[in-house]
Amino acid sequence: MRTVDFRLHLPFERTISSLCSNARAMSWSDRVIERPTWAPPGIDISVPSVSRIYDYFLGGSHNFEADREAGRRAMVAFPGLPKIMQANRAFLRRAVRYAVGQGVTQFLDIGSGIPTFGNVHEIARAADPATRVVYVDHDPVAVAHSRAVLDGDPRAAVVAADLRDPRSVLASREVAGLLDLDRPVALLLVAVLHFTRDGDDPWGAVAQLREALAPGSLLVLTHASTDSGPMKPEEGEAVEGVYRRAGSPLHMRPRAEVARFFDGFEMVEPGLVSMPSWRPDPVTGGRGAPPAPDDDPAMHVGFAGVGRKP
Amino acid sequence: MGAAVGRIAGFCVRDGQTHARARESAGGDGIDDGIGEGGDGADGTGAAGSAGTAGVVGSVGSAGSVSTAEAAGAAGVAGAAGAAGTVGAAGAAGTAVTAETKGPEPGGSGACGVEPCGVEPCGRERSGPGEPLPGPGARRRPGAGSGDGPRRFAALWNRVIYPATATPLTRDEFEHHLVPLAERLAAALRTPDFDPGPAAEVGAALVTAHCTDPDTLPLILDAVDAHLLACCPPGDGGLAPEEARARCARLQHAVAAGFARALRERTLAEQEALSRAALAAQAETERALHTSEARFRAVFEGAAIGVGIADVDGRIMDVNDALTQMFGSVAHEVTGRNVGEMVHPDDAPGMWGLYRELVRGDRDYYRVEKPYYRSDGSVLWTDLTVSLLRDAHGRPQYQLALMEDITERRLLHEQLRYEATHDALTGLPNRTLFFEALDRALDTAGEGPARFGLCYLDLDGFKAVNDSLGHAVGDQLLVAVAERLRSCATAPEQLVARLGGDEFVALLTGPSAPSDATALARRMLAALADPVRLEGRDLSVRASIGIVDGTAGGRDAAEVLRSADITMYRAKAAGGNRYELADADCDARAIARHSLTNGLPAALENGEFFIEYQPLVRLTDGSVRGAEALVRWLHPVHGVLGPDQFIPLAESTGLIVPLGRWVLEEAARQARAWRSEGKCRAPMRVNVNLSPSQLRYPSLVAETVAVLENAGLPPSALCLEVTENALIGADEEELRPLRQLADMGVDIALDDFGTGYSNLSYLRRLPVSTLKLDRSFTRGMQCSPADPVDVKIVEGIVSLAHTLDLSVTVEGVETGTQAEHLRGLGCDTAQGWYYARPGPPERLCALVSADASP
Repeated sequence: MRTVDFRLHLPFERTISSLCSNARAMSWSDRVIERPTWAPPGIDISVPSVSRIYDYFLGGSHNFEADREAGRRAMVAFPGLPKIMQANRAFLRRAVRYAVGQGVTQFLDIGSGIPTFGNVHEIARAADPATRVVYVDHDPVAVAHSRAVLDGDPRAAVVAADLRDPRSVLASREVAGLLDLDRPVALLLVAVLHFTRDGDDPWGAVAQLREALAPGSLLVLTHASTDSGPMKPEEGEAVEGVYRRAGSPLHMRPRAEVARFFDGFEMVEPGLVSMPSWRPDPVTGGRGAPPAPDDDPAMHVGFAGVGRKP
Repeated sequence: MGAAVGRIAGFCVRDGQTHARARESAGGDGIDDGIGEGGDGADGTGAAGSAGTAGVVGSVGSAGSVSTAEAAGAAGVAGAAGAAGTVGAAGAAGTAVTAETKGPEPGGSGACGVEPCGVEPCGRERSGPGEPLPGPGARRRPGAGSGDGPRRFAALWNRVIYPATATPLTRDEFEHHLVPLAERLAAALRTPDFDPGPAAEVGAALVTAHCTDPDTLPLILDAVDAHLLACCPPGDGGLAPEEARARCARLQHAVAAGFARALRERTLAEQEALSRAALAAQAETERALHTSEARFRAVFEGAAIGVGIADVDGRIMDVNDALTQMFGSVAHEVTGRNVGEMVHPDDAPGMWGLYRELVRGDRDYYRVEKPYYRSDGSVLWTDLTVSLLRDAHGRPQYQLALMEDITERRLLHEQLRYEATHDALTGLPNRTLFFEALDRALDTAGEGPARFGLCYLDLDGFKAVNDSLGHAVGDQLLVAVAERLRSCATAPEQLVARLGGDEFVALLTGPSAPSDATALARRMLAALADPVRLEGRDLSVRASIGIVDGTAGGRDAAEVLRSADITMYRAKAAGGNRYELADADCDARAIARHSLTNGLPAALENGEFFIEYQPLVRLTDGSVRGAEALVRWLHPVHGVLGPDQFIPLAESTGLIVPLGRWVLEEAARQARAWRSEGKCRAPMRVNVNLSPSQLRYPSLVAETVAVLENAGLPPSALCLEVTENALIGADEEELRPLRQLADMGVDIALDDFGTGYSNLSYLRRLPVSTLKLDRSFTRGMQCSPADPVDVKIVEGIVSLAHTLDLSVTVEGVETGTQAEHLRGLGCDTAQGWYYARPGPPERLCALVSADASP
């Protein structure tokens, strides 16, 4: 379905380019990667979506059978996946609070997925009601749902755009309207970069975003990896296989490659660590770290970190 | 859950995560205090550390040794106790619950080497050895349920529920969230008029707090079952224990019902929200599609270029206005037609091959210049781009044609091209077109050596026509000639072009081209045989043709044309009005001559010329009277060249004038030097040759005078030698410079006398003072007896010369006998190998010093 739309729209884009640039000698295949921004991909709920699978892992019901089936298959490969999602969620919460604590009250959450609860704007506003948030996702259903959830909220908005095209994110009306890029912004790339291929140069995309942000901005990032936690490489490959068959390839990356996303940022303590190890919640009464009987080892799969643009 | 906790605890021990243990122990530290009573919390981490470890190990022990779910659950709670211990409520809870001990005392204390650490079922952990344990009744406060009982229960509850929720709250926050729920349960438990309704609301609230995993429900209920009564006893109201337990059970039922109902509601709501989102996204997609469709329509309809879409069978399905207008028709005349029928004779070769590849799916794109017939039959030239559109499975589906009308551009281009490749005067193909054709003919790529023929034609004496009748007539003549030559080309492979001026060329290609070339040359000469009538007079036209034929064989266009040019000049040299066939040897000679000619100016500049002197000897006494200056060229490649090898070339190029001037200056300088050295008895004279061109050079006299003056020589020191042929037929005007020089006192010698056909009486009118007798007359006297005829002739000439008061010099004296004969016959001066070969000036001096007597 997606492919049909894609192909059908090519000639139109080409027509325009022919009219405008006279660059007709360029071969057809050179242009296949370019899809006109005004031609949306189709909606096909029989194809699993990573954001709905994520929702399923978190116990939500914002998912269809295709998503649940993919989620179940992934859990066969690695039963601890829901724990990873929980840890990811908890890290997001801590990182957002940290950002607000640092005085950063503008958030750009790319790959925000299906908003269910504990969203960035909810967490951040508990600490500072003036917080402004722009959510970005390329899943049209996730965007439509976000739009419904955020309807009427003057300080939060959602953009249908793709991380791999940072210009489309930065040039969006929503970013222009809500975020002051001359002041620090917390850029959230939580559990999204592992859905990019090396060939898409996600490092370049992150660098482009970094360039657009003011000094003092934060990069908040989590990334799947078998370099940390109990997931064995073969289990990692099995999980990757599930996502690949679902049409959204997942790419675990070694620690060094994850660390490279922070090029141009100064790491905030404790650096790039497993998700539960990043600034665990302090214990009430200041008695040091709490015991964590719910600290499932699976939660240590993957890396989390926060960097500050100097 | 028990299993889960066991796994976690095991994990902690296995992985030896000391920081986790430390955290647990820190939690354990605070257990026996209430909120804010953490005085001993500061007790050093060391002791606490062991306690924490013990706690964890203890819980492993209990999980492993007890098989009932209850005990395992209790152990799980115990394991969790440390986590929330610092809240403070837990501390109290632990104290309160000691009475409710259910699980066996855990073993495994030895694992950490500390005192047996009793882990109480409610999660009570000892804070460490040596620390006083509160006794079982020490802090017991019966009826505390209405006080911090719910808080304690909430703490216990939280340990079970928190890990299973997806809540965004922290553990502490979540526990606070649970307190009101615990209070509601406690209240329901003790309300005299028992109503389990609030418990259902508690179940619903848990779902709202994101306890959505059905597996959480048993844990929730277990905790209620195990701890609610203990933490929140119904009070002193006298509720029988059985009644209390029954109420607790009914509360659990209500919690479960409320939980299930809320989960169902929530699931339905979320599903509905998601469906709405999917529908909204779908609608958005369709709207965007519609918008894009509309935009495309606008682009399609408004485009300046023609756009057409056809299926892979070639049926044209849609065309835009621009395309329709290009075809000069209405849309329905174009749609419905088949692309495959739109063939035009001028279609580029291979174009339909590209088309077939495209519709087969082997090619995604091609671009050609393609002609079509308009509806009125005229031709429409287009710049056509065709792209293949595939379906979702990659199968060819449509072809998209984008075309631009380039008819005008093409016409203009063709006209410009015609103008660029044709001669404006005669309309014949020009040099550019000819060379293109020649290059094509010589391009042997692929098809083996090409056969070709080339006739290079130049009119004889055309310059005279231009000079005498004017350029207008000259041009008319060229037009007429061009017309006749054009008519000689009888086949398409015969191209007649004008290279420029009066030079024409015919190129023949094809297998029989070489033999056809000669026939064509003959036809061209025949075509020019009849006089051309211009402005009332008949002009007879003659032409010389050089023919090159054969195979291309590695020669390039320039080489072929040069060969033709050389051959044409050969035809001219042979008298003109004829053709000659190219000959490799002739070419080689011409090329060598050409190369020498080209080298002359540089040679003069580089000082490659030098002069040798051959003595002139007075026969009466054998004394050296002077010398003839003979110029030589020390060629960097060919060595020393004599005057016969380059003087004619210098004559033909005009270089003779500067070269002659140089020789004159050099010889005069040398004569001056000889005189200055004073070694000679009589003043030495120098003979310098004058070429016919020099004779006509206007400043000959002035320059000669200047040279003599510069050298400080009297005119009598110089003798200019002029060939007999140069003077034959010269009128008085032409003789004037010589006469002026002679009048000044410069000697003039008539060189090579006897080789021409001079009228002897003419000698009287010439300003000459010396005859140089050609060597052919004296050859017969080299030996004795001398040839009597030669003797008679020389005798006659000498007599005649002397009669005219001319002296006689003989050349080519090679033997003493010869010299004797010539002296006997009265010759005045001699030169030749007998006396000396030409040599450097120093040698002459040596001869003079030696008195030059042979």
